Amino acid sequence: MSLRVDNLKVWYRTLRGDVRALDGVSFGVADGELVGLAGESGCGKSTLGKSLTRLDGRMRHVGGTVELDGKELPIGDHAAMNRFRFKEVSIIPQYAMSAMNPTRRIGRLVAELLASRGVRLADVHQELVRRLELVGLAPEVLDRYPIELSGGMKQRMVMVLSTLLNPSLLIADEVTSALDVSTQKAVAETLVDFRDRHYVKSTVFITHDLSLAYQIADSIIVMYAGRLAERAPTDALAATPRHPYTRMLLSALPEVGVRYADRRLRGIPGSPPSLLDPPTGCRFRDRCPLAIAKCAEQPPFLEVAPEHFVACWKAS
Amino acid sequence: MLRLEGVSKTYRVGTFGGRELVAVKDVDLEIGPGEVISLIGESGSGKSTIGRMILRLTGVSGGRITFDGADVAGFKGGRLRAYYADVQGVFQDPFSSYNPIFKADRVLETLRATWFPRLGGQAWQDKVEASLAAVRLDPGQVLGKYPHQLSGGQLQRLLVARALLLDIRLLVADEIISMLDASTRIDVLNLLGDLKARGLGIVFITHDLSLGNYISDRAVILRRGEVVEEGPTERVFGQPRHPYTRALLASVPQLHHKWERTPSLVREPAGEGG
Repeated sequence: MSLRVDNLKVWYRTLRGDVRALDGVSFGVADGELVGLAGESGCGKSTLGKSLTRLDGRMRHVGGTVELDGKELPIGDHAAMNRFRFKEVSIIPQYAMSAMNPTRRIGRLVAELLASRGVRLADVHQELVRRLELVGLAPEVLDRYPIELSGGMKQRMVMVLSTLLNPSLLIADEVTSALDVSTQKAVAETLVDFRDRHYVKSTVFITHDLSLAYQIADSIIVMYAGRLAERAPTDALAATPRHPYTRMLLSALPEVGVRYADRRLRGIPGSPPSLLDPPTGCRFRDRCPLAIAKCAEQPPFLEVAPEHFVACWKAS
Repeated sequence: MLRLEGVSKTYRVGTFGGRELVAVKDVDLEIGPGEVISLIGESGSGKSTIGRMILRLTGVSGGRITFDGADVAGFKGGRLRAYYADVQGVFQDPFSSYNPIFKADRVLETLRATWFPRLGGQAWQDKVEASLAAVRLDPGQVLGKYPHQLSGGQLQRLLVARALLLDIRLLVADEIISMLDASTRIDVLNLLGDLKARGLGIVFITHDLSLGNYISDRAVILRRGEVVEEGPTERVFGQPRHPYTRALLASVPQLHHKWERTPSLVREPAGEGG
């Protein structure tokens, strides 16, 4: 097991109280596994990705542990995490377009970044050029400024940069959401490629697009309002979703090549609860057509089929 | 109703406007009442520019756009106002379409002063409620609220309601779904379906092929300002003729149907600007 997250709680401090963005999340990622982490805006998926790399000023580690390759990650301790960042756990941030320093040539930026980890650019230069070629970038990009690159090129540059020191865990946070469909496919496939070539051991692919996660992930986690709703191997999740939220979400996706002449898809009525003062029990119950009295108690995250976990009283 | 004949748009770029950039080239389109036409393309395809030219937010460089036979470019004063009573637009980002200092329903109130100065309080109330009902919003949930208190789906529907207050005949919907979550976007799409049934013509601009497929009667695939393929939606999505359309369709992530992996390791994505 590469990554082990146990009952992780990360809350945001606000003037009106704590926002419980991550409220008791437990899961594991196997060696070599590419996990898709899907959910709607505000469900906590990006908070989870950030928690594993760097908590920002408003975030507070309230409880739970994170273990990477058997060592505990000190996620609440900004300075102690420095030993792990970039080398052991690395992130491709959501806005790669603005992830690079605009005042530095890219080559110098890479050198500075490596120096901060005690690595000389000359030692990894050959490997860097090889990987740039792999994603279709010429070595000359190192002499350019970020502004001279297109969005897709910047995205690929950041991907190569984030994985240059072969981290054990890579977090890819909505890396394709600002890209065109054809570029999106290339970037998503590159993530699989990096895993296959052992540049990274395992990957957490954060996305709002379930059909994109379906294309490349080995297993998919669906989050709702700060908790895990369902986790299953990709094909099982698409074919036999068990949580009512996953089912409704999947049936709300229009597909290409299907005629919808008179057939209407249906959305999910209502909106997610406020995480400032979340309701007790199942957080989906206000929008759930199957809700029963028992849903006022929090459902456990149970294995209902091999590797298939669901947090729902009606599913188990 | 609305007709585009050989419409082009060029921008002058570079020092002293020395170079010409062609954003839209020779586009012919026609849209009638109760018809939904999708303009589908990647970034830089000129799809939004076409929408902006229809709304007269930017001028045409060549060709002409006619509405009920009259050239839109010549409209001034009262005639232009009448045009905007027929044609309105809704845009991508619902969160920046509102002024956060004012209550969200102000977008409705601002219309009243210009378009319905003589309408009485009760008649105005009824009109607002009718148009909110048409977009399936509960007046109690949205009136008197600030933008941050409403969800993206509610804000976007409120903007459509604003357009409906004017009894418009054509709606330009520019990426109105792309900022919304999967569970609510389908509701806004279905709403457009209802409006179409009431006889509204809709120009639906999107980069998302599955949304274009769901809603439209006719689909137009654009690439770098030119129409590469157009026709009835079933035909364009079912039997695409142009290789670009086929390449686009093959890149769309779909549930229950995995991508064919690109064989070469060095992937040069198509359609990307330098």
